[in-house]
Order: sequence, then C-alpha cells, then structure tokens
Amino acid sequence: MSKATPPNTTQPRPVEFRGGGFAPKSRRWVGLLAFVVLIGLAEIGTRTGFITPLTLPKPSDVLATFVELYQSGLLWKHLFPSLSRLAVGATLGASAGIGVGILIGLFSYIRAGLVPLVAAIFPIPKIALLPLFVIWFGIDEGSKYALIAFGTFTPTVVATYGAVDNVDRTLIRMGQSFGLSWLSIVRKIVLPGAMPGILSGLRISIAIAIILLVAAEMLGAQYGIGAYILEAGSLYDLERLFVGVVILSILGVSVSAIISWIERRVLNWRT
Amino acid sequence: MDIRLSGVSHSYGQLEVMRDITLDIPAGKIVCIVGPSGCGKSTLLRFIGGLERPDKGEVLQMGAPPKGCLNPLTFIFQDFALLPWRSVRGNISLVLEDHGIRGAAAGAIIDDVLARTKLSDFGDALPKQLSGGMKQRVAIARALAVKPAVMLMDEPLSALDSQTRELLMDDLISLWTRTPFTAVYVTHNLAEAVRLGHSIVVLSRRPGEIREIVHLDKPLTERSFGDPDLEAQQKHLWTLMRDEARAADAELIDV
Repeated sequence: MSKATPPNTTQPRPVEFRGGGFAPKSRRWVGLLAFVVLIGLAEIGTRTGFITPLTLPKPSDVLATFVELYQSGLLWKHLFPSLSRLAVGATLGASAGIGVGILIGLFSYIRAGLVPLVAAIFPIPKIALLPLFVIWFGIDEGSKYALIAFGTFTPTVVATYGAVDNVDRTLIRMGQSFGLSWLSIVRKIVLPGAMPGILSGLRISIAIAIILLVAAEMLGAQYGIGAYILEAGSLYDLERLFVGVVILSILGVSVSAIISWIERRVLNWRT
Repeated sequence: MDIRLSGVSHSYGQLEVMRDITLDIPAGKIVCIVGPSGCGKSTLLRFIGGLERPDKGEVLQMGAPPKGCLNPLTFIFQDFALLPWRSVRGNISLVLEDHGIRGAAAGAIIDDVLARTKLSDFGDALPKQLSGGMKQRVAIARALAVKPAVMLMDEPLSALDSQTRELLMDDLISLWTRTPFTAVYVTHNLAEAVRLGHSIVVLSRRPGEIREIVHLDKPLTERSFGDPDLEAQQKHLWTLMRDEARAADAELIDV
C-alpha cells in the first residue's frame, strides 16, 4: 500500500521460535548409554594395549572375576555382613536422627541446646573416632554399627529439622484454628509435611553410611566388601579391586532407587 | 451466639496497628470488614478467632454456641490451607477425627457437606487436581463440617479469578439463605462486601480505627451482579477509602 514500507517487511514470514531449552526432560536410556560407552572405551583401550594392564584392568576380566566370586560363594560371604552392618547402622542412625530432628524442629529449648552440638559433631571425620568406638562398643560388630549410625545421624538431624521448619505455617495455623490437639498437629500436619525433606536427607545419609561401612571394614573385618577391597588392594589385584568398587556402586544405585520408589509411593501428592 | 469486641488495640513493637475497636457481630448476619491494605483487617480476624491476642481490650463470646457445634469459631483462609497429602474427604475428616467422629458418623457428615458445596463427585480427588474455586469449596465444606457458630473468612475469594469469584459468591448466598450463618468476612474487594454484607465496617489506615459502619437492608437473594443500588453503595465506600488507600499504597514498609 504505502511506498514508505521497507521491502524486507512486506513478505509475511513465520515468527521465529526462541522458547526452547531450559526444561529438563526425562531421557531414560541415556544414563545407561553413558556407562556402556565408558566401559566399551576402556575395553577397547586395554585390548589394543593403549591402556596398560597396570593402569586399568580389562572390564571383561573384571566381569570374569565377579562371576568367579559369585560361583565360589564368597560373594555372599562378603556381601551379607556388609549389608547387615549397613542396615543396622543406618537404621539406628537415621531413626535417632529423625527423632532428634523433629524434637529440634518443635521445641525451642531443645533447638537452642542441640543445634550447636550437632554443628560441632557434623564436621568430625567419623572414621577418626573408630578407635574410640572400638573401646566403647567392642572390636566386633558393635563399633561398626556405632560408626555407621553416628555418621548417618548428623546429616539426618540437619535435614529433618530443616524439613520441619519448612512445613507450611498456614497449615499449622489451620490445625490450631480447628482446635486440633498438639499431637494431632504434629502427627497429621508436621510429619507428612516434613516427609519430602526427610527423604531427600536420607539419600545423603545413606550414601555417607556406605562410605563409612567400607572404611570400618577396611580397618578391621575378616569379611565384608571393605575387607575384600583392602585385601585386593594390598595384593595389587586390580580386577578384584574393581569388582569391589562395582559392588559398592551397585549398592549405591539400588539404595537410591529404593528411596525414589518410596518417594513415588509416599509423596504422590506433590505437584 | 454473638461476638463483641470492646476497645481492642494492638501494636507490633513501636508500630500501632489498631486503635480502640468496638464492634458487635450479631448472630445470623454477615459482617464485612473492609479497609486499605495494612489496616489490620486480618489481624482483627485472628483476634476474634483466638489465633492472636490483642494488647488491650477483649473479644467476648455472648451466649452459648448452638448444640452440636464442634468448633464455634471456624476460619476459612485465603490460601485454602488444605493438606495436599489428603484427599477431599480426608481433609474434611481431619477436623472431625479430633472430636472422635470416625467411620460411618464421619462419612454421613462428609457426604452432607460435600453435597451442600456441590463436591459430591470429587470426594477422592487430591487438592493438586482441583482448581482454585474447587479448593475453596473444599475449605468451605470443611468449615461447615464442624457446624461453626461464627465463620471467620479471611479474604476467601481473593486468590480466585473474577468469574470463579462470582460463582462462589452465588454459592455463599445460597448457603446462607438455606441456613443463615454468622460470619465475619474480611476483604479488600468492595464488590464482594456489598454483595455479601448485612453490614460493612470500614476501617481507616494504620492504626486501624472504625470510620463508618454501613448497613445494607436489601436481602442477600435480591442482590445481583451490576445492581445499581449496590453500585451506589460501592461508590460511597470507595469515596470513604480512596485517599487512605492511596496513602497506604505510597507508604514505605519498615520491617
């Protein structure tokens, strides 16, 4: 129509799309693919001699060693004590941690008294206390349980009272306005509301528990994944060392999967 | 059961938020409280509901609550305050459980209040599945379940869009016409106040004082959207409030 219009705007053209990205999507098999590629590269490298056997064992040899360990029955002999130590220690530590965390979240006096104490205990490397635990709880299982329990306790406490602090105050006000008893408010409003935070804290606590489990077993145990890795390491048996490490990784992934499953079941109300 | 406020004053530290409020809330009527933001409307409601205590003055319950009343002073909140991990029925049964009402007895009450708020088909839904208007209906159903003597409504429709707000106002009016309830209704929306209030208390800006109480005689059922009488009343309320609202808006907040 008008002559003044610049020629490049006369042509209708689609609006340029610029809204992509920045939205994480679930890509299921990529994680597995990353593992496969990495192990494949290691296999090729060790077979061609590009990577010397002293640097890295052949992944296929590691697998063979694992199968051997499984067939000899030694796998369960090492795995069972480790799992039971982890279960007992982490259960003790996490339940005490959740209990104390809730008390800190609910009562000002307990908070004032215990928060500095927890902050003081948190950065202590718990492994440094193992000799002390051996004297207190005996050289057998007791000291290992105590070490794992103590290590899971502090992160669980911190996560739990943070979660209780984050419970929506308007929901608590609502409970009070309907005349709910203190116990009902804690049981039906505070605890479920703190659940997401407690569960995500538990992920970290249990990873720490696995680290401490291995440390405790390295310092004094006949059987257990830690003892197995230590023995392999001192003989410079890299295949067995890697078998031990792989078992630990699988343990970590399984625990994380179990917690994810619990989260999906218990927290299906989250948007 | 009536509510009487006499000489209620309050300050937060140095900041005086309310001065000498004396007010009667008669049974069976809806009293709206309007005022510029920060005038202490919601604080006043929390005093009436016993969630906060005023520095001076007192809030009195006149007479006994009606029989069967489980929670005489019952709130309805702006943000609904539903437990996201409980279904609609679970949210209502929450307030019955502490009174020892469970099982079939609770089921009957829940069915009744869900029917009254047109929620019968949504009993097993979780709050995250519901729209804002539905969530507030659930909160109203929950309040009805405890048979309150006085409903304390804190900007109940302010989080909703204007169409949902109209629908819910109609619902509130039909609930009131069927069984008149006593309510204190805090809002900053003058249109809601003239639609729902039998009397409208206009508060001044901080420190909040009663500037005027407007009585509306027109029955609730005859008030409708765009009613000229109500428009006139709304205009009157707005002239009362405009300068103060502007001053409140321009105020710096010292927190």
